[in-house]
Order: sequence, then structure tokens, then C-alpha cells
Amino acid sequence: MGERVLMKGNEALAEAAIQAGCRYFFGYPITPQNEIPEYMSRRLPEVGGVYLQSESEVATINMLFGAAGAGVRVMTSSSSPGISLMSEGISYIAGAELPCVIMNVMRAGPGLGGILPGQADYLQATRGGGHGDYRLLVLTPGTLQEAIDLVMKAFDLADLYRNPVMVLVDGFMGQMMEAVEFKAPEKLELPDKKEWAVGYRKERGGRTIVKTLSLEPDPLEEHNRRLQEKYRRIEKNEVRHESYMMDDDVELVMVAYGTTSRIVRSSLKALRAEGIKAGMIRPITAWPFPYEPFKKLPPSVKSVLAVEMSCGQMVEDVKLGVAERFPVHFYGRCGGNAPSVEEVVHAAKEILGR
Amino acid sequence: MKEVLIAERPKSMYKVSTHYCPGCTHGIAHRLIAEVIDELGIQDRAVGVAPVGCSVLIYNYIDLDWYEAAHGRAPAVATACKRARPDLAVFTYQGDGDLASIGMAEIVHAANRGERISVIFINNAIYGMTGGQMAPTTLLSQRTSTTPYGRDPKASGYPIRVAEMLSALAAPGYIARVSVVKPKYIIKAKEAIKKAFLTQIEDKGFSLVEILSTCPTNWGVSPVAATNWVEEQMIPVFPLKEFKVPE
Repeated sequence: MGERVLMKGNEALAEAAIQAGCRYFFGYPITPQNEIPEYMSRRLPEVGGVYLQSESEVATINMLFGAAGAGVRVMTSSSSPGISLMSEGISYIAGAELPCVIMNVMRAGPGLGGILPGQADYLQATRGGGHGDYRLLVLTPGTLQEAIDLVMKAFDLADLYRNPVMVLVDGFMGQMMEAVEFKAPEKLELPDKKEWAVGYRKERGGRTIVKTLSLEPDPLEEHNRRLQEKYRRIEKNEVRHESYMMDDDVELVMVAYGTTSRIVRSSLKALRAEGIKAGMIRPITAWPFPYEPFKKLPPSVKSVLAVEMSCGQMVEDVKLGVAERFPVHFYGRCGGNAPSVEEVVHAAKEILGR
Repeated sequence: MKEVLIAERPKSMYKVSTHYCPGCTHGIAHRLIAEVIDELGIQDRAVGVAPVGCSVLIYNYIDLDWYEAAHGRAPAVATACKRARPDLAVFTYQGDGDLASIGMAEIVHAANRGERISVIFINNAIYGMTGGQMAPTTLLSQRTSTTPYGRDPKASGYPIRVAEMLSALAAPGYIARVSVVKPKYIIKAKEAIKKAFLTQIEDKGFSLVEILSTCPTNWGVSPVAATNWVEEQMIPVFPLKEFKVPE
């Protein structure tokens, strides 16, 4: 710790999990995230942990249910089609209020799609994917350093709220290399898992059942109400974003997360060089989404532009935040393509009529 | 005259009525598990994984820590629990739809990895909770709500013999098929369940006990006729024996 090292994104994500105290990894191979399980299969035995290559993503997510229900820090990683297979199990984990971390290194869809990067799982991550009224905390780092810091935070958030946390990155972030530093995370006061995890019957003085079935309507409604209260608490406490070049006289507000936010960052410099006052709001949590900064946009704003590697998913949240005060535009590439700086600059100028 | 106790409720069983139909043998299988857990003295460290099916509410009857798994995924849940906590005695309780249809991948791979878990597999040749549809273990010519003309192998294949199939794998330590429809079978069934738990506790591999059971309601017969049907129709297709025992 404390020294900068050059690491590949997927390996940095895995090491961050190890340093956060994760000792159990279950997963199934899928490109472009294979360096995460490969790294875990090498590292976990060194630290007394368990690595298990499961028979499918369906089995994987149910293994997370089992490990999380036993009160240990557990994670998996996958990529878009694999996350779809896990979605049923994620609903069960959220319903049973089990803490775990799920990494989605997104590729282009739909279907098998391609193995090149994408950001088209935003709605799946933030709006469900699985059935029922549940939410995942969804973290969307913009750099590998931020990814490491957020992975460490993810395990604490999962434990604190007894909720699955998704780290949502695109294939570029998994495959790129960057200098990073592993900093010891701040120690949080976390609830004792022995109150609800299996295997502590003696300590607890009674049994526990890790379950989701509730055949009577009133207790199930009550359970849902309690979950919703928790989600409101998360919305209040855990929403994160970065405002970049958001001066009081900003004309164009761009919105992007992950790799796309880095392209937008470069585009902003080009636009500023031409005298165009553009800034960026970068969500660091996709759920809860940072609606607040959009409500506070100054009257100087002429337009808002969401930039994504999708056909327009996050833009729906942007519209909710802007609430029709300003026109909201979208520019995206997909299929494994990324918007270039030139394309983003061109789209921005076209919107402003410059 | 001194009173002598000849039978009592197992300590790890709740004093409640079950929701099972008259003549259903789930209750007997539950009791045998509870007796074995009591005799091994492992109530504090036994963890069960309930399936989806009639026995999803098994945790209402046996006083242990429980998980309730998604349909068919109990072996995956049990795998991770046991890997996280090798000191616990982890078992699944699954029906034929849960284990041999939707959950076939999970049971095969848990067995093949030699997970130190015990599986109690209830085979009654039909889907109970959903109302009597064909199961993978449904016999040829057997009528169910989705094989109204009888199971035709050309359309629906043959009854799957789970115990034989898993016995082809190298990793499992103990695999047996028993029944619970008459006292002579019940005694052997309890021995098998005990051996399964001991295989796990002694770190000798994966264990599974397939229990031939009844479903008079969905078979459309009386409890007595159901008992006879297991003996006359099921046992010839699903022979009772120990397929694998620890070396």
C-alpha cells in the first residue's frame, strides 16, 4: 500500500476487493472480464480465501446468496449477458437483504452482442433487471483509481445497508492500464452479521431463516415498505457525482459516466478553447442518480447533452433531473464503438448552433 | 409400574401440524432428518437449504438455521455456505422437479466437485405444489396433468435415474436410494440419511439419499394405494440400493 503501481483495470478491481477483505469469489468465464477471476484464482489461496469457478452464472449468483447468507464478504464479476443470467438471483439477494458485490464489465449488446465495450446495461442496473421492487447501489467509477476506491467502499456499503452493490464499468476500464494506489479505506462501524447470518445459532440463542417467500400479503407489503425506507435512506446518504467546469455562466452541460466521461472531459477542453462555455456533471452513483445538481442548473444553461456508449439509457435519468427546464439532447455510439472527441465537439456545437 | 418412554418427538422438530396432504411421505422424511440430527448432536451447526416445491416450508417443521433457495439452486447455495463455513453440516432437501429438472446443472456440478454437503432428494414422480404435472422422474405411461395420455417416451423421454446418474461421477462419497412407504423401508432410509451426514462430517465427499415417496393427491389414489404403487411401480424402475459408499 501507499505506492503507485501500473495495473490493468480488471486486476485492479480484483486486488481492491482482496484489500477490502473479500475472501470468497464465485464466477463463470466471460469476456471482457476474465482477468478478474484469473487474478482471484491466484490471489485468494494466498490470503486463505476460496475461489470457485461455477458451472454457470445462474449457479454463481446463488452461490453469492449462500456465502452472503453465511455472513462472509463475497463477490462475483461478469459481463452483460452473464449479468442477465444472474438477474433472477440478484432479486432474491436484494429481497433477502444479503450484502455482496457484483462487478459488471459491460460489453455491447443485445444478445451475445460483441465483446467490445458498451454502456447499454444502465437501465438493467438501475431499473431492476430482475423482478420485484428492489434496488441495487450502482457505482460508476471514471478512472481506475476511483474504481479501486469505490470497490473498497462497495463492500462497506453492502454491509451497512445489507444490500447488493454493483460496480458498473465498461470493457475499456477493464482492459486499460493506469497508475493506481491502494489506500487503506476509512474504517466504518458496521452492523454485526451474526444477528441474521446462518451458523450462529448458539451465539444468537435462536435460529435464522434466509428467505424471500411470504405467502401472506400484509407481511410482504410490510417487507416492501421497509425495503423502500432503506432505499430512501440510500438515496439521501449515498448519492455521488462530480461537477467539472460547471461555472455560473455555463451554456452547455454534458453528462457522462465511466469511459465516456473521459472522452467528454477532453471534449470540454476543445470546446473551451473555442470559447464555448461547456461543463460536465458526472454521476459516480447511477443509482441513486444525482438528480439534485440538475435541479440547480443556472439560467445561463441553453442545453444539456448526455453522451453514452449506448442508444440512450442514462439520458432518461438526465431528463428526470432537468424536469423540462432545458432541452436535453443525446449523443451515443454503440456496438463496441466509442464516441470520439471530435464527434462530441461536433454534436455540442450543432446543438448550440455554433 | 414404571413408565417407559418408547417414542417421542425429535428435539429438533416443532410441535406443529404440517401442511402436507394425507398420505404424503414428506412428514416421515422430515422426521428422519430430525432424528438423525438429534442423534448426531448437530442441531446447533446444521444448516438446511429448502427448495421450491411442496417442502418449501420445511423450516416451519425442523428447528434449524435455514436458507430458502431459488428453484433448483439449493446445491449452489449449500456449496457456498459450506465453503464459507466448513464447520457447519449443510444439507439440501429437494423434490424431483427442483433437483432433476430445473436444478440439474447445480446438482451434477455440486456432486462432481465433491462438495461436502448432503442432499435429501424426494422422488415422487410428479410435481406436487403446482398441481400434478409431469416430472423428470414420471414413469412411462404414468398419467399426470400434462401427460393426460400417459408419459410417452417419444415425446417426453424416460424417467431420470438420479442416483445411478450421479454414481457415474468420481467425486461423490455416498449415494443411496431408499423409500419410506413401509416400516422396513423407513429403518433403512434413516440409516442412509445418517450415513449421508456422516460422510459429510467425516470429510468423505458429497452425499445424496434419493427417497421414493408418495403423492396420493396428484396421483389421484388413496394413501394405501399410493404406498402399493411405490412398491409395485416405482421400485422396479428405481431400485433401492446403496450405489456408492465411502472407502
